[in-house]
Amino acid sequence: MAVKRIILLAVVAVVGAGLFLTRPATLSADFAAGHVPDAEAGALVFHASGCASCHTSPDAEASDLPVLSGGLAFPSDFGTFHAPNISPHPTEGIGSWTQDEFARAVTLGVSPQGQHYYPAFPYAAYQHMTPGDVADLFAFMQTLPPSDIASIPHDVGFPFNIRRGLGLWKLAFVNDAYVMNDPTDPVLERGRYLVEAMAHCGECHTPRNAVGALDRSRWMAGAPNPSGKGTIPNITPAALEWSEVDLIEYFTSGFTPEYDSAGGEMAEVVTNLSQLPREDRAAIAAYVLALEPVQ
Amino acid sequence: MSRFFGLSLTALAAVATVSTASADGHTAALENATNARHAQMQVIAYHTGLLGEMAKGTTPYDAATATAAAENLASAASMNRIVLWLEGSEQGAIATSRAKTEIWSDASGFEEMAVALETAADAMVDAAGTDLDSLRAAMGGVGKSCGDCHKAYRGPKN
Repeated sequence: MAVKRIILLAVVAVVGAGLFLTRPATLSADFAAGHVPDAEAGALVFHASGCASCHTSPDAEASDLPVLSGGLAFPSDFGTFHAPNISPHPTEGIGSWTQDEFARAVTLGVSPQGQHYYPAFPYAAYQHMTPGDVADLFAFMQTLPPSDIASIPHDVGFPFNIRRGLGLWKLAFVNDAYVMNDPTDPVLERGRYLVEAMAHCGECHTPRNAVGALDRSRWMAGAPNPSGKGTIPNITPAALEWSEVDLIEYFTSGFTPEYDSAGGEMAEVVTNLSQLPREDRAAIAAYVLALEPVQ
Repeated sequence: MSRFFGLSLTALAAVATVSTASADGHTAALENATNARHAQMQVIAYHTGLLGEMAKGTTPYDAATATAAAENLASAASMNRIVLWLEGSEQGAIATSRAKTEIWSDASGFEEMAVALETAADAMVDAAGTDLDSLRAAMGGVGKSCGDCHKAYRGPKN
């Protein structure tokens, strides 16, 4: 009897600890307090963060204002993820969200219903965004056209379909420290913010471990393309020999130093980066050139 | 019996040789077209490079050189596509090709992209000799037409 009771207590303790460890994080109560959201500034955050590249419908016609109806498929070793509708539609999109719900989703990877998001959504990068930038981004996204297209559910098998388990994944792999050590140069610091907090370059250019977490020891050293075709290049100075001018030109027009043009997903990235001020593209170039060389 | 087999095999081999030969001839034509397209792309890249280096400021701006580069770029961009983009010369079929099959299945979309390059190159002819700022502005249109078309109609690196 006593033994049974001890076992029961142990089970309760383990389950309790598991639930405690995997509980979705909450936002601090004074997030972006006192900040007046600026939609125009949010446009820059939007372009720098590359939101449109994933959340625009693959069938969408090019337009000035992106329609974030989602639908793009992301094949992976764990199943296929589908970018959801994040247009300001009240039921199919995020039109009924509050700023705090949006901030919790973007920086903590937790839905308004308290569910963990899959890390296909790069919240491990966005966690570094300043509250002001998140609020501005939310204000900008409210100005975009709503779409009533329903989000496509993810196609992910057991055990990865248990979202609570993502709490453990986050605990193990979402590192709240920047990869690059604190730069003293303000240009480099801006570059680090743009790359690590917003543009999330590392999500493609850094290889992943067996459970899909970024290998920070091989930061930006290149990786297989998750689509299965080709590889994403190593952009550390060990492999990339472009000058600062070359990098800025590439981020502006998409031209490589050989005057080939950016292809695949990188063409989308160039579309986004070309809308940033030139100083920001220069800051990203400075960051890329300052990366730790990895063979 | 064995003689019959021997003859049949010889006949089969002969048929096989003939069909391989004609397949080779067809493949060679597709390879030649692919090579010609790559040469055209190189000509485009070379002249875009002359203009791009001036836009970047790595070479000094010179109106005469810029105009000459822009005119050649426009000529290369306006080459007749019928004999270059042969159906069947897509990535996978021809070893060096990166052409997507959408070039033929969505021919009007591809044509639109090609015309966009011609338009951007023509605009560059007007801009290149004017001044450096005009050249820089026209560079954006050229880059966009390259990128848009490659995004839609060029496959990943082989």
